[in-house]
Amino acid sequence: MSNHKQNKVFDSSIFRTAIKQSFIKLSPRTTFRNPVMFTVWIGTLIMMAVCVWIAAGEAAQGSLAYNIIVTVVLFLTLLFANFAEAVAEARGKAQADSLRKTREETPAKWIQAVGEVFVDEIKTVPSSQLKKGDVFLCEPADVIPMDGEIIQGLATIDESAITGESAPVIREAGGDKSSVTGGTKVLSGRIKVRVTTKPGESFLDKMIALVEGASRQKTPNEIALTILLASFTLVFIIVCVTLKPFADYANTPITVAAFISLFVCLIPTTIGGLLSAIGIAGMDRALRANVITKSGKAVETAGDLDTLLLDKTGTITIGNRKATHFHLVQGVSKEAFIKAAVLSSFGDETPEGKSIIELGGINPLSYQAVNPHFIQFNAETRCSGIDFESTRIRKGAADAIRNIVEKSGHRFPAEADAYVKQIAENGGTPLVVSENGKVSGVIELQDIIKPGIQERFDRLRRMGVKTVMVTGDNPLTAKYIAQKAGVDDFIAEAKPEDKMNYIRTEQQSGKLVAMMGDGTNDAPALAQADVGVAMNSGTQAAKEAGNMVDLDNDPTKLIEIVEIGKQLLMTRGTLTTFSIANDVAKYFAIVPALFIASLPSLRGMNIMRLHSPESAILSAVIFNAIIIPLLIPLALKGVAYKPIGASALLRLNLLIYGLGGILVPFIGIKLIDLVISTWF
Amino acid sequence: MNTEIPGVVIMFAATVLLALPLGRYIGKVYLGNRTWADAIFNPIERVIFKIAGIKPTAEMNWKQHLAALLTVNFVWFLFSMFVLMNMGWLPLNPDRNPSISADLAFNTTVSFVSNTNLQHYSGESGVSYLGQMVLMLFQFISAGAGMAACAVVFMAMREKATHQLGNFYNFFVKSCTRVLLPLSIMVALILLFNGTPMSFKGKAQFISLQGDTVNVSRGPAAAMVAIKQLGTNGGGFFGANSAHPLENPSYFTNMVENMSIILIPIAMVFALGFILKRSRFAWMVFGVMTLGFVWLLVPTIYQELAGNKAIATMGIAQPLGSMEGKELRFGSAASSFWAITTTCTSNGSVNAMHDSLTPLSGMFAMLGMMINSFYGGVGVGFLNFYIFIIIAVFISGLMVGRTPEFLGRKIEAKEMKIAAVIALLHPLLILAGTALSSYLYAHNPAFSAGWLNNPGNHGFSEMLYEYTSSSANNGSGFEGLGDNTPFWNISCGIVMLLSRFLPILGPVAIAGLLANKKYTPETAGTLKTDTGTFGIMVFAVIFIVAALSFFPALSLGPIAEYFGMK
Repeated sequence: MSNHKQNKVFDSSIFRTAIKQSFIKLSPRTTFRNPVMFTVWIGTLIMMAVCVWIAAGEAAQGSLAYNIIVTVVLFLTLLFANFAEAVAEARGKAQADSLRKTREETPAKWIQAVGEVFVDEIKTVPSSQLKKGDVFLCEPADVIPMDGEIIQGLATIDESAITGESAPVIREAGGDKSSVTGGTKVLSGRIKVRVTTKPGESFLDKMIALVEGASRQKTPNEIALTILLASFTLVFIIVCVTLKPFADYANTPITVAAFISLFVCLIPTTIGGLLSAIGIAGMDRALRANVITKSGKAVETAGDLDTLLLDKTGTITIGNRKATHFHLVQGVSKEAFIKAAVLSSFGDETPEGKSIIELGGINPLSYQAVNPHFIQFNAETRCSGIDFESTRIRKGAADAIRNIVEKSGHRFPAEADAYVKQIAENGGTPLVVSENGKVSGVIELQDIIKPGIQERFDRLRRMGVKTVMVTGDNPLTAKYIAQKAGVDDFIAEAKPEDKMNYIRTEQQSGKLVAMMGDGTNDAPALAQADVGVAMNSGTQAAKEAGNMVDLDNDPTKLIEIVEIGKQLLMTRGTLTTFSIANDVAKYFAIVPALFIASLPSLRGMNIMRLHSPESAILSAVIFNAIIIPLLIPLALKGVAYKPIGASALLRLNLLIYGLGGILVPFIGIKLIDLVISTWF
Repeated sequence: MNTEIPGVVIMFAATVLLALPLGRYIGKVYLGNRTWADAIFNPIERVIFKIAGIKPTAEMNWKQHLAALLTVNFVWFLFSMFVLMNMGWLPLNPDRNPSISADLAFNTTVSFVSNTNLQHYSGESGVSYLGQMVLMLFQFISAGAGMAACAVVFMAMREKATHQLGNFYNFFVKSCTRVLLPLSIMVALILLFNGTPMSFKGKAQFISLQGDTVNVSRGPAAAMVAIKQLGTNGGGFFGANSAHPLENPSYFTNMVENMSIILIPIAMVFALGFILKRSRFAWMVFGVMTLGFVWLLVPTIYQELAGNKAIATMGIAQPLGSMEGKELRFGSAASSFWAITTTCTSNGSVNAMHDSLTPLSGMFAMLGMMINSFYGGVGVGFLNFYIFIIIAVFISGLMVGRTPEFLGRKIEAKEMKIAAVIALLHPLLILAGTALSSYLYAHNPAFSAGWLNNPGNHGFSEMLYEYTSSSANNGSGFEGLGDNTPFWNISCGIVMLLSRFLPILGPVAIAGLLANKKYTPETAGTLKTDTGTFGIMVFAVIFIVAALSFFPALSLGPIAEYFGMK
C-alpha cells in the first residue's frame, strides 16, 4: 500500500509519553487487570519490606545491597511491562490523532432551517458545534467538517488526507457513494450534507477510545490465554510456597529474595508483560493499513477467516471491461465495421464505449456524421447507437440486436451467433453492431484481470482461505474469469440476497466468512458476515453494519486484514511459548543456588557454572526483566506470517521460539553472570 | 550383550502387537459394532441391564454421565466401608482376620474406589477373603468406570458428536463384561497353571527340614492378581505384592503380569484411533506416550544394571546390577521395566522394593506418576493426556495464527479454565501433601516419630513418593514409611479422592462442552494434531508444565541423594 504511514517504533514524543504512562500504570487498579504482573507487583512490595527489615538489623536475609538490587530489578520488570503497553497505546493514539487532527475545528456552513417559504439561512459555525442530524453546505475548496451523508448535489472530493490517494473521487446524493468523511476537501460541486454521527462518536473516535484502554475489553482469546497464564502463575505459587517446608525439612534456610526471585522468574512475565501491547499493536497495524476496526475481536476473527467474498469489479479485475477485438461478419469490410463500431460509441460516455473508440484507433469526428442523433442506452431497448442521415447504427447485447435485425426482416447470421458464443465462453462480453437492421460485426469486450492477483489468491489458498468471486456476469463469463484469476468459487448473476445466502450456507458448515461492501443493500450481508468491511465511501448503513471500515476503499484490503489477524494471534502464541520455554534455564540457574549452601553435593546441578548463589539469582531476574523491553519491537511489529501451511509454520515457530526460548536464557544468564560476578 | 535387555524388548513389543487388535475390539465394543463376543455377552448383559433397570440405548449428555459416575461410586463407597469394618464376624474368614479401624477402612475404600490400591494394610493378615473379594470387585468396577469415562470423551471427540454421548451404564457394564472379564480369566488361568493359588481354604501348614512349623497364606489369589494388573489397580493379594512367590512365581508369569499392566492403557489409544477414524492421531498420541515412557525407562534400566555406587565403593562386584530389594528370578532389567510400567500406568503393583531403587531410578518412577499420562491408568491415562493436548492445542493453535481449535471445535475461556484447574491439581496435591508432612516432621518431631526409616534426602523421597502415588492413583509405596497412622490414612485418602474424580470430571466436561460447539471443517490453515511436530509440542508441554514443577522437590530428594553418593 502506498499510503502506510510509517513511524518508527520509538519516536521521541511517544517515548516520553510512554515513560510517564508506565509509572501511572503502577496503580494497583490497573495492575490488577493483569494477574501475572500483579503477582510481580506484590513481590516487589514484599522485597521493599524485606529491605527495610534488613536495614533494621535482620542478618539472615543476605546483604542489603543484594536485596535492594533484587527489589530494583523487580520494579524494573513492572515498569518494562507497563512501558510496553504504554508504547503500543501511544503509537496507536498518535496514528489516530494524525487522522483526527485534519477534522478538528474546521468552519462549517451550517444550514439553519427557517421554514418552507423562506430561504434557509447559512451560518458559519465551528465543526464541534454540529449535532447529529444537522445539515451543512460544502462548496469548492471547503474542508468537510464532519462525517455525513450527501442529501443533495454531487461533488468531486480529494480524500488524500485520509487515504493518501491523490486521485479525486466522485460522491453524490442517493446511491451507494453518498458518504463523505470529515477532513476531506471538496474540489468541485456543491453539496448539502447531513451529519450522521454525534460529535465524539465517529468511528475514528471509537477506535481511539479502544486503543486508549478506557473501553478496551479483552477479547475472548485474550481471556483464555490470561486464564492459562494465571494457572501457570498459580502452579509456580504452589511450587514456591511448598518449597519453604521442604527447606525446613532439609535444614536449608532460603532467603525471601531467593523465593521471590524464583517465583518471578518462573511465572510467564514475558508474555504477561507484553500481552496487552500485542493486542493494541494489532489494532494499530490495522489502522496503519487504513482500516478502522470497531473491536479488537474483529481483528482476531480476521485471522480465522475461511472464506472471503470478493467483488469482481475493482478487486479481481481492473474497474471496467475493455474492447479487445473486432469480429467481422462476411460481406462487411473491416473499415466499414470499424466505422460502425466507432460511430455507435460516439455518444457513449461509458468506459466500455471509450475503449471501443480506442481500439478502433480513429477519431469519430473524422467520419463527419451530419446532424447526429445519439441513442442512449436504456434498460428497455438494451442498446445504444447513433442516427444520422439515413444511417441507423445500433450496438448492444446479442438478443437485443437480434430483435432489431429480425424486425427489419433480415436474418441474424449464424456466423455472428458463433462469435457471440465463443466470446462468452472465453469470459468476454459480446456486443453486436447492426447497421440499418443488418449485422455488421461483433465487438469483444474483455475483463482485465489485475496483475499479481493470482499470486495473492494462491497465497490465500495456502493460508487455508477460500476465495469467492461475486459478479453480476452470467455464469459462463464468471466461470472463465474465476478460473483465470484463480478464485476457488464464484457467485454469478449475483443479487444482494445471493451474497447473504452464500454467507449463511458457509457459516452453517462452521466457516468464518468475510466480505466487503459499500451499498445499503450490502448492509444485511455485512452484518451477517463474521468480518464485514465497509468502504468508507459507502453508505452510512453499510458502515454501521460492518465491523471494520476501510478508509482506502480498496477491495483487496481483506487480504491484508487476514494477515494482520493471523500476525496478532501468532505473536501471542510464539511469545507464550518463548516465555514458558525460558523456565528450563531459569530452573537450572536458581534451584541449585537455593540449596547449594546446605547441600554442597548439588553443585553438580549448576550446569551453567554460575559464580555464586547470589550472582545466579541476580542473573536470572535481570535476564527476566530485560527480555521484556528487548521483545517490545517484536510485540509491536508482530511475528511475520508465512503461508507455508499450518504444520510447517508450527515447526518453524517451535524451532525459533521454542528451542530458542530454551537456549537464549542459558546464554543470557551466563553472560550476565560473567559481568556481575565481579561484585557478587 | 546383556540377556536381560531382550526380555524387556520382547515384553514391550509383544504388548504393542496385542494392543493393536485389542484396541480395535474395544473401539467396536463402545461403538456398539458387531463382534464375535456378541453371542456370549448379549444374553448376560441383557440380564444385568434388566435387573438394574438400565436402558442401554438412552443417550446421556456429559452432565448426566458425570452424575451417573458419581452416584455409583458413592454407593460402592458406603458398601465397602461397611464390609471392611465388619468383616471380622462376616463369613469367608478362615484365618480369623479382624475388622479394620475406621481411618484405615476409609483409606482402603477410597484407595480401591479410586483405582489407586494404596495398601496401608498387609493382604494376608489384614483382610478376610470376603474383604479381598469386595476389593477385587472394586478392581473391576473402578477400572470399568475409568474406561467408561474415557469412552464418553472418545464419543465426544468424534466429528459428528452432539450433546448426546451414549449411555454411561452401557459403557461401564461392557467395559467390565467384554474387556476386563475375558482378559482377566485368561491371565488368571495362566497364573493358576504356573502356581498362583486359587482357594478359599485357610493357611497351609508344613514342617520345614529344620523342624519349624511354617504357615503359608493362600486364598483366591490368581483371580485378583489378574485384574489388579489388567485394571491398573495394583492392589496385591499378599502384602509383598508381585514380589511374593505365590503372586508372581516365575520369570514367565512376570512377563505375563507386566504385559497385562500396560496392555489396556495402550489398547485404549488404538481404540481412540478406531472410534475417531483417525489412526494417525492415535499413533501421534502413542508416539508421545512411548517417547516419554522410553525417556523414563532407558536411564532406569541403565542405573539399575550399573549397580549401587555405595556398594561399589565397598569393593563388592555387582554383576547382576543393583539387586537390593529385587527378586533374583526377575533380575534388575525386568524389575526396572516393571517399576517404570507400574508407575507410568498408575498401576502400582510392584515386583521389587522401590525404596531400594538407586536414587535416579526412584526419581524416574516418581516422574512417571507425576506425569501420569504416559499410557496412564486404564481410561484415565488418556483423560490426563487429553488435558495436556488441550493446553498444547491452545498454544500451538495461536502459533499458526488461528484461534485454537481441536478436532474442529474452538477452545475458549471456559474449556481453558477447566483444563488449567486440572493441570494445577496434580502438582498442588502432591506438593501440598508433602509440604504438610515435611512441616510436621521438621516442627513436630513427637507427632511424626516413627514415620521415616531413613533420615535426610531419602526420607524426603519416601514422603514425596507416598503423596505422588496417592495423587497419581498409583498405589505403589516407596515403603520405609510408617504409613498406617490416622494422619497418613486420612491425608492420602483425601488426596486420592480429589485426584481421582476431578481429573475425570474435567476432561469429560471439556469434551462435552466442545462437542456442543459448531464443527469447523479443516482447511490448509488449520493446525493438524496428528503430526510429529504437534507431538513434540505436547511432549514439551508435559515436560515443562508437569515435570518441571516438581524439579525443586526432586532436587531435595533423589537428585540430592544421587549427587551425595559420589
